[in-house]
Amino acid sequence: MAEETVEIKTAPADFRFPSQNQTKHCFTRYFEYHKCLKAKGEISNECEKYAKYYRSLCPLEWIQKWNEQRDQGIFAGPL
Amino acid sequence: MFNLFPLFSANTAIFNDAPQPWQLGFQDGASPTQEGITELHDSIFFYLVVICFGVLWVLSSVIVNFNSNKSQLVYKYANHGTLIELIWTITPALVLIAIAFPSFKLLYLMDEVISPSMTVKVAGHQWYWSYEYSDFINEDGESIEFDSYMVPETDLENGQLRLLDVDNRVVVPIDTHIRFIVTGADVIHDFAVPSLGLKIDAVPGRLNQTSVLIEREGVFYGQCSEICGVYHGFMPIAIEAVTPEKYLAWIDSQA
Repeated sequence: MAEETVEIKTAPADFRFPSQNQTKHCFTRYFEYHKCLKAKGEISNECEKYAKYYRSLCPLEWIQKWNEQRDQGIFAGPL
Repeated sequence: MFNLFPLFSANTAIFNDAPQPWQLGFQDGASPTQEGITELHDSIFFYLVVICFGVLWVLSSVIVNFNSNKSQLVYKYANHGTLIELIWTITPALVLIAIAFPSFKLLYLMDEVISPSMTVKVAGHQWYWSYEYSDFINEDGESIEFDSYMVPETDLENGQLRLLDVDNRVVVPIDTHIRFIVTGADVIHDFAVPSLGLKIDAVPGRLNQTSVLIEREGVFYGQCSEICGVYHGFMPIAIEAVTPEKYLAWIDSQA
C-alpha cells in the first residue's frame, strides 16, 4: 500500500523574536504580507508564505480587527 | 474513546495525568519539560532534607542540652562570633549557587522553541478556552476553531472527571514539537497542564509562546491558574494526545 507523506509545518521560529512574547512576531508577519502584496501585487504567489505565517500565529480576532483598520485607513503598521 | 482502564493488560500502566485526592507528588510527566522539572525538584529535595535534618539536629540539641533546668550558664554578653557568622552566611549562599546552575539550565531549555511543527492558538475567555488550529486552511479559507467548556456536574457521564472533563478536547499528535500561542480575550487567565509542564499566562493584547513535545498517548488535564472571576475554577483544559495518523483523521473530520 503506497503511503502518502504528509508534511506538517508552521510559522518557523524567528530569530528576531527569540523569547516568550510573540506579539511583535505576529504583527510583523501580518504587515510583511501586506507590504509584499503592495510591492508584488495581489496576483503573485510569492507573498503566500507570509500569509501562512501570520495566519498560524495571529488570533483570528486580531486579524479581523486589523483588516477592518486597514479598510478604514487607520492601521498602525508601516504599510 | 480512549481505554483508560486496561484491566486485563499486564503491560499497560495507568498514568496519573489528573489531580488525585490527597496527592503529594507531581503528576506523571509526559514531556521532557515535566521530566526535567521533576528531576530538578527531586534532586533539590534530597539536599533540602539533609540540610533540614542537620538544622533540626542542632536546634534540638541546643534546646535539650542547654535549657535553663540543665544549665544555669547564661552568655549574657555574647554579641558576635565572626567565624560562625561567616560559616552560616557563606554556606547557604554556596547552596543557593549550586541550586541555581541546574535550575537556570532547565529554565532556559524550557524557553527554547527551535523548530515547531505545528501551532495551536489558545485564547482564555471568561470562563472557557477557545482553540484555533490555523496551520491548515480548508477550501473556504477557514481554520479549525472551537470552544472548550467544562462538562457541568449534572451532565457528567460515568468515568468522567468532575471539574476536569470538557466537551471539546485539544487533540494533538505525540512526538511532535507543538508551539502554543496563548492569549487572553478579556482578563488574564493561565493555561496550565501539569503533566506536560505547561503553565503560561494568557494576557489580553499579548501572545505568549510555549512549546511541548508529548511523549505518550493519553488525556492530560489542567486548570486555569490565574484568578479571572467567579468561574475561575470551572474552566479546565483537556489535551488529548494521539498518534499522528489519528490526529490527521481528526483534522479531516473537523475541516
